[in-house]
Parts: sequence; C-alpha cells; structure tokens
Amino acid sequence: MSTDAIVRRGANGLEVFDFGTTACTTAPPLAEARVAIVTTAGLRPDGVATWSQGQGFVVLDGALRSVTLAHSSANFDRTGLAADLNVVYPVDRLAELAERGLIGSVASQHLSFMGAQVDHTLTTLRLDTGPAAAELLKADGVDVVLLTPV
Amino acid sequence: MSALAQVLEAAGLATVGISSVRGQVERARPPRMLHCEFPLGRPLGRPHDPVFQHRVLAAAFGLLPRNDVPVLVDFDETIIDAADEPLACTLPPRYDSTLHLAVDEALGLRAAYERRRAATGTTNVLRLGGPDRIADLVGVFVRIVDGTPWDAVGLEPAQIGQAALDIRAYYEEAALALANHVPAARQAESWFYRLTATGELLCTAQRILRDAEAPRQAWFPVVPTGQQPK
Repeated sequence: MSTDAIVRRGANGLEVFDFGTTACTTAPPLAEARVAIVTTAGLRPDGVATWSQGQGFVVLDGALRSVTLAHSSANFDRTGLAADLNVVYPVDRLAELAERGLIGSVASQHLSFMGAQVDHTLTTLRLDTGPAAAELLKADGVDVVLLTPV
Repeated sequence: MSALAQVLEAAGLATVGISSVRGQVERARPPRMLHCEFPLGRPLGRPHDPVFQHRVLAAAFGLLPRNDVPVLVDFDETIIDAADEPLACTLPPRYDSTLHLAVDEALGLRAAYERRRAATGTTNVLRLGGPDRIADLVGVFVRIVDGTPWDAVGLEPAQIGQAALDIRAYYEEAALALANHVPAARQAESWFYRLTATGELLCTAQRILRDAEAPRQAWFPVVPTGQQPK
C-alpha cells in the first residue's frame, strides 16, 4: 500500500459536517466568469509559517507568487509545492486561461483557509468566516470559485 | 474544503473543487468536485507540467454547468506516490565528530539549503527562527531521545511539532538543491526519514513522545503517518 493510501485510509473515515442538502448556484458561462481560488492549504502571504487564524482566512494578492505553507499536517508531500506553486495554487494557469479567453477574468485576490480542522462542525467557518469570505469575493466581482486542497 | 464549498455556494458563488480524499467528499456532498487520485500535496498532479495542470483544470471547470448536485467525478488518470523509492541524494561527510551525528549532518547540509534558497528566493524554514536555529532544534530531539522529558527541553508542545516541520523543510529544500530536479512525490520525504541520521532521530523521538503521552501537537507532526516504522 502506498504512503498516500495509508493516509487516505485514515482520512476517509474522519467525521464530516452534514449540511443535509447540497447548495447550488448556477454558474455563468466560463468565458464570462471571474474566477478566484480558495485554497485550504494554509498558504500565507507574509513569510509566516504558522497558522493563527483558526477557521478564518488570509487574503492572497493576485500578483503574489511568494507564499509560505503554514499547514501543520506532516502527511503530504511538500516538495511539489516548493518546486511549483501552481501544483497547489494554480494562479499562473488561471492567468493563461484568461489570456486565451477561456475564462472571463481572474480575481484580484484569492483566499487561503486551513484544512484538516479538528472541529468537524466548523461552526465559525459556516456562520462567520465562510460568509465573510463570500462577501469579499463578490465585492471583487467574483462569480466562480476554484477550491484546492493541499 | 467541502464545507467551504457549501457555504460559498449558498452565498451565491458557483464552486468547483479538486478532491483528494474521496471518502470525505462522498459523505459531505459538496456541489461539484473532481476527485484526483494524485499524491497528497500535489492536487494539480505534476509540478512544472502546465499541460497536465490545464487538463485537470479543464476537467474541473467542465463540471461547472452541472446543477444536478452533488456532482463527484473521477479524473481519468491517477498518480501514485514514490515513497518506496527514496531520493538518491548524497549526504555530507562527517565534519565534526564531537557533535551528535544528526547535528553534524544538519550543519553539513547548510550550503545546499542556501543554494536552494538563493535560487528560488523562498524557504519554508520559518517557524522557529530560520536555518540558523536548525542545529539547535535537532539538538532538542537528541535530548528527547537521550532521556530528557519532553516538558524539560525548553519548547512548548506545539513548538516541538513545529521544530520537526522546520527540520524536515530544511532537509527537503537542501535535497532539492542536491538532486537538481523535482523528485516524485514523497521521494525526498523518504530520503529524509529513512536514510538520514536526523530522520531516524525523529522517528525514535516520536515514539518516545507518544509513549510519554506528550500532547498530540508535540508528536503528531514529527513523522508522517506513512513513514512511521512498521
């Protein structure tokens, strides 16, 4: 069994919050969409490699390419991200899609949360920081979000 | 990530996500997910491969028009980690035999680490004082293995875990310089934990911390689950 398979076997059984239903928003045509990345990799823009935001988030300026990884789990490969930011946070790929006209535009800022939260109820995220993140993105004209883990 | 998708979608944003742990997504039922069976830590699959990354993004964005949520689709290619093939990476020769082998080894890798940092302008050795403190942090684990109780080594429990992450980042960034290519997933990790003196030290230290019932934040980040001795 691969190392990832061992880790996934444990992670597959972790408790998740049950929303009861699945929310749905109709997406605009991709060629007209303004797209933001929301990652749960715990990336930070400020040279700090520890996460103090709990279920909150930090803003990553769209022009930024130097980020630090504050995720506290040891259970994933870190050299891929060290070599190429886009393997977790595909900002350059989105820019290329916008240049080709395949997406409408790229958001001026993206957001970073911390995944693997111990409290699976995620009350703060559901009731406070998540809706605040949505408002921040909508204020930038975003209508489509690409979610990436690490 | 699934909960975040639900919250953003409920707020009027259309979302699509890249899934890496299928079982969680199956139960959380977020709106649209592309499951990618890629190495954990590489959700877009292959570093420095824009063509492959665009294939993944095209598959993900292809789910956006679907409103028959929840949608969970598997990407048509898988990538398996290479943990069983540790990176071939030369370790520095013994320099100062008065030092513990692991401390001497860490100091010997400083030049490679600095080459990598200079070439990229980045480092993730930032949690507890940067590269100047790495030898001291390795020394903390030497003391734990030599019998010093975890609550007497001068670090808070969370800092013990952070020290391990800093040491691992230091070694992996040095390995990237020594190898001069991007290794397959977990190859550098396996080199560190299976072939270096400091990696072996951390494996022993984690066992001691767990046996001593140290707080989870002290021992959990010290060695990845898949690298723990069988």
